[in-house]
Amino acid sequence: MESGGFTDFLQFIFMGLQRGCIYALVAMGFNIIYSATGVINFAQGEFVVLGGLMMVTLTTGFGLSIVFAFLISTLFVTIIGILMERCTINPVKKPTVLRLIIITIAVSILLKGVAMIIWGKGSHYMRHFSGSDPFVIAGATILPQTLWIIGILGVIVVAFVVFFNLTMTGKSMRACAINRDAACLAGINDRNMVMLSFALSAGIGAVAGIIVTPIIQMDYARGALLGLKGFGVAVVGGLGNSLGAVIAGILVGVLEALSGGYISSHYMDAIALLILLLVLFVRPSGLFGSSEASRLKEF
Amino acid sequence: MTEIILELKKLRKNFGGVVAVDHMDLTVESGSITSMIGPNGAGKTTIFNLITGFLKPSAGNILYRNTDISGMKPHVIARKAIARTFQNVQVFPQMTVLENVMVGRHIRSKSGFIISVLVPPFCRREDKKNRTDAEKWLDYVGLGHESDKTAGSLSLGNQRKLEIARALAMEPKIILLDEPASGLNARETVVMGRLIEKIRKMDITVVLVEHDMELVMDISDQIGVINFGRCIATGNPAEIQSNPEVIAAYLGE
Amino acid sequence: MRHKDYMGLGILLLVIIFLPFVITNDYYLGVLVFTALNCLTCIGLCLLMGYAGQISLGHAAFYALGAYATGILTAKLGWSSWMAMGTGVIISAGVAFLVGVPSLRLKGHYLAMATLGFGAIIHIVLIAAVNMTGGPSGVVGIPSLHFFGIELNTDTRFFYFSWSTVIIGLLLALNLIHSRVGRGLRAIHGSEDAAGSSGVNTSVYKIKVFMVSAVYASVAGSLYANYVNYIDPGPFDVMHSVLLLTMVAVGGMHTIWGAITGATVLSLLPEFLSSMSDYFESLGLSYQPDYDTLIYGGILLLMMLFLPEGLVDGMNSIRRITSTMFIRARKKLVF
Repeated sequence: MESGGFTDFLQFIFMGLQRGCIYALVAMGFNIIYSATGVINFAQGEFVVLGGLMMVTLTTGFGLSIVFAFLISTLFVTIIGILMERCTINPVKKPTVLRLIIITIAVSILLKGVAMIIWGKGSHYMRHFSGSDPFVIAGATILPQTLWIIGILGVIVVAFVVFFNLTMTGKSMRACAINRDAACLAGINDRNMVMLSFALSAGIGAVAGIIVTPIIQMDYARGALLGLKGFGVAVVGGLGNSLGAVIAGILVGVLEALSGGYISSHYMDAIALLILLLVLFVRPSGLFGSSEASRLKEF
Repeated sequence: MTEIILELKKLRKNFGGVVAVDHMDLTVESGSITSMIGPNGAGKTTIFNLITGFLKPSAGNILYRNTDISGMKPHVIARKAIARTFQNVQVFPQMTVLENVMVGRHIRSKSGFIISVLVPPFCRREDKKNRTDAEKWLDYVGLGHESDKTAGSLSLGNQRKLEIARALAMEPKIILLDEPASGLNARETVVMGRLIEKIRKMDITVVLVEHDMELVMDISDQIGVINFGRCIATGNPAEIQSNPEVIAAYLGE
Repeated sequence: MRHKDYMGLGILLLVIIFLPFVITNDYYLGVLVFTALNCLTCIGLCLLMGYAGQISLGHAAFYALGAYATGILTAKLGWSSWMAMGTGVIISAGVAFLVGVPSLRLKGHYLAMATLGFGAIIHIVLIAAVNMTGGPSGVVGIPSLHFFGIELNTDTRFFYFSWSTVIIGLLLALNLIHSRVGRGLRAIHGSEDAAGSSGVNTSVYKIKVFMVSAVYASVAGSLYANYVNYIDPGPFDVMHSVLLLTMVAVGGMHTIWGAITGATVLSLLPEFLSSMSDYFESLGLSYQPDYDTLIYGGILLLMMLFLPEGLVDGMNSIRRITSTMFIRARKKLVF
């Protein structure tokens, strides 16, 4: 097949879309916990890894169907998220930012260690959801799995909008995020909202891990970089802004794929991180947030 | 008592659409005690934050001894001998009481990073002087006996005194006190009032934000009444007490 | 306070002088050399985190800059080790300045993530810039250090040298802590607003202490390269930054002795555990070096939950409790 300039370009765009959707999901995970607690969960990347590895075990190890394994893996990581909140965040009486950062870092090392002992150091292969024969569009190929990723991101975004705008629980969570004291006075149990935010965030992380594993082959050590990029995307989109995260995720994913294709694949990750750092330095409020508002937040 | 040390001219600060301070004019005479009163959220602390450089004015000027200091960084303003305390007490909780006051000597001493790293503490003359000066200011506010405790372990009243000692150690020309009596009991408030008058006698200008009317009326030379970010009246205590606009604002007409 | 610090230094000095008479095994001396290097880095990190209150999750990068400066300049360009170490220090301080200016305007989580990102970028560059760093296979043939004509080529010699560096580093750090600048830094930690309104130039101070802590890490990195004579990107990853942070946090951030304690305990722990592996096996457990990550994570979590002020403070409070218990018990005996 002849690989013209446009075909290459389109190929990179597809690759970027696929990465971007994953970053967007990780970033949304960061956003949920941040909105509810003001905490950045450094173990977010580990949720992704655990979701992916669990999926591998259930499908290739136990031979479960994709749908069933998907649900169990998500549930499994969600429970880990709840445990994390109950055992490590909830008991802290006098939380300082530094202490909370170190606690979530500790949890991330712990989860990483556990993952390494259970799943070993190798990377794990998993079959694609619906075959790995690519579709060809204008000479460029796109995997069915990529379509799955885009579709699932879409479903989750819609579910989010519905949950936070139309359900009572979702509205309560938003109320807590805006003003916790007022929400408590209105009879909302803020502690439960924090737990719920960890559960949701872990669940979303797991989904990201599950859908990406067939493409990247998950191993125990991937959490750090995924988490770092996901956080960067969350910042670019404006911390707490989930729609911003989706746009920023796709933007960063595409930029990364393009720089990998046209500049150097060795430095692809470094370039992506550099872009994210630059945004962090120049506009810590994100591309879509107002700078004045974020400066007023307690950071 | 005629020289003007601090002058706010048409000062304005808005956070997005919210106007916190608007068209604010105020002159402070050297050596006086000027108080700002007004309901909560009227913008008094915002004015302090503007004067001390924590916020940049959206419009207007702040003149200190006839130079414009608006928009300068906090530490630059501090070096001009403008000291302040905070509404929610800001001591350095992990440091000892004495060390807290020694931080106040920061602008009156020089040694930088390289000297600090290379010269051991017992060889520094400047440090010894800082220590004795700091002890002097602790005695001045009546905390001399607490000097080795950590600041975080002091009572609120003593933390407020410590904050003032730290500010005085800067040898300021003007000191801004943000609600120094809030959270204090009646007896402590009286002591605080005496301390403020003692500070004025050292020829340090005092600007005070305070809710305790008795204290304000007792010690102030001039009072500015702030409401919705504007100065609605200025005058001596007697004038303010009989001003119909002030009474309206306070009784909430 | 100060007298205690100098007493501590004296005790440390005595222990260091006599330790090689007790421990003659080269392997264990080597472990203690690595302990010294970690102590050195942690002193710097403690100045930044414990005293100035600014977090860094990228300190392995400065450790790497020191090591690679020494490695590349000595093995490939034939510079003297001391020149290389000095150049490493200048490079690290320069990079710390460039990274610090934009980063240290950030606070809390943002700063943590920015430094983490910086560390990750440096690690990627170490692997990818094959022409300069040798890529994954690293730099070989790094010469040993010479000190006044003595080649530091035995473990005992390097043990003394590395720990002397720690003592000097500690002395300089103590000077800084008990100075006008040190008080300014601690003031920033206590309340940045109050520090600013007391005349402390908070942004410049934060950048300078970041540079100082980078210099500590860089020197440790150079010594590492001189000691093992071979470097590759492996030990300089993000995980090492996290480990350094763990050491400082476990020992107790608020005192420099906490950093030393934390660095020593966590550097010796894996050796201790693997020396106990026979005992574990008799219990039906098998210990593998792979478990280190898990153990570090567990220790850090437990410390943060139950002894957030660190081991040194924790020991003090335990001592206080036991001494009051002792006094009470004695009173009971008397009456």
